[in-house]
Amino acid sequence: MQKLFPHPYLSATLLLTWVLLMNSIGPGAVLMGGFLGVVIPLLTAPYWPEHAAMKHPLRLVAYIGLVLGDVVVSSIQVAAIILFKPVDQIQSAWICVPIDLPSPEAQALLAGTITMTPGTLTADFAADGKSLLIHSLHAPDPDAVCAEIKSRYEARLKRIFT
Amino acid sequence: MLDYALSFAISCFALALLLTLWRLATAPTIPDRILAVDTMVVNVIALIVLYSLMRGHALNFEAAMLFSMTGFVSTVAFCKYLLRRSIIE
Amino acid sequence: MSMVTEILISTLLVISGVFGLIGSFGLLKLRDAMQRLHAPTKATTIGVGAALIASALNTWLIAGQVTWHEVMVSVFLFITAPLSALYLAKSHIATTVDRSKIPPTATKAPWAELRRVPKG
Repeated sequence: MQKLFPHPYLSATLLLTWVLLMNSIGPGAVLMGGFLGVVIPLLTAPYWPEHAAMKHPLRLVAYIGLVLGDVVVSSIQVAAIILFKPVDQIQSAWICVPIDLPSPEAQALLAGTITMTPGTLTADFAADGKSLLIHSLHAPDPDAVCAEIKSRYEARLKRIFT
Repeated sequence: MLDYALSFAISCFALALLLTLWRLATAPTIPDRILAVDTMVVNVIALIVLYSLMRGHALNFEAAMLFSMTGFVSTVAFCKYLLRRSIIE
Repeated sequence: MSMVTEILISTLLVISGVFGLIGSFGLLKLRDAMQRLHAPTKATTIGVGAALIASALNTWLIAGQVTWHEVMVSVFLFITAPLSALYLAKSHIATTVDRSKIPPTATKAPWAELRRVPKG
C-alpha cells in the first residue's frame, strides 16, 4: 500500500482535479483520474523522498476558510491605501519574522498565506528556513505585524502539522 | 441591470489593460516589466471570463486555463533567468 | 431570472471591475518597486475571483448547470499568485533593492537571495 501510494494526499488531489477538469463523474473520468493519481506520484517519488506529515488535516479546512476571509479584508485595505493615501505618506517596511515550523510544506504554506493577507508580502527566506523576510506596504508599527503573523497564522499551522 | 454591470466591468478591465500596457512601455526596471506582463495576463483572464458571460455561453475554460498557466510559467521563467542567468538548472 | 440573483451577480461584477482597475492603477501610482508588487497580487486577484464567482453563479442559477471550471481557474490563480510574487520580489532584491535596508535574519544563516554575489 505504501509502495503503491507514496503520497496519498497527492493522489487524492490529482483524482479530484481530473474529475473537476472533466466536469463529470462518469466512469471514464474517474478511471483516468485514478490512473493519473497512481502513476504521477510513482514517477515523481524520487524528487520528493520525504512524506508530508499532517497530523490534523481537518483543521486545514478551517484554516483555508480563515485565510479566504482575510484575503477579502486585505484586498479592501490595500485598495484603500492605493486610492486614498498620498504616495509620500505610505510607510513601507522590511520585517524579519522568525518562524519555527517543522516541515518545508508548513513553511511554504505560511509564506503563501502571508503574501495573500493584509498588506504583507513574503520576499525571501533564510537559508536555514528559520526566518522569513517580509515586505509590508504600510506598517507604522512593524513589531505588531510580526506578532500578528505569529499568533494568527503560525500558531494555527503548528497545530495542523504537529 | 446585468448588462450595465457587465459593460462596466468590461470597460474597467479594458482600461486596466491599457494602464498595464502603458506601464510595460514606461517601466524603469526589468522586474517592473515582468510584473506588468503578469498583471496583464490576469486582466486578460478576467476579460475572457466576462466575454463568455456576455455571449451567454459556458466559460471558455481552456482559454482561461491556458492563459493562467503560460502566464505563471513565463513569469517564473523570466525571474529565474534574471536571478540565475539560466532557466533550467 | 429573479431580481435577487440579478442584483447579486451585478454587484459581484461591479466589485470585480473596480478591484481590477485599482490593481492596475496602483501599478502606476506607487513609487517604490517593492510597493508596486502589492497592488497586482491582492487587488487584481480579488477582481478576477469576483468575476469568476459571478460567472459560476450565472451558469448555476440561470442556465441551471453546475460547473467547476471557474473554481479550478480561481484555485490555480490563488496558488500561483504568491509564487510569482515571491519570484518577482527575489529578482527585485537581486537587482534594484537597497540591501542596507534589509534586516538581518533571526539566526546566523543569511537570506537565501543575498548569499549569491550580486550580478550587474
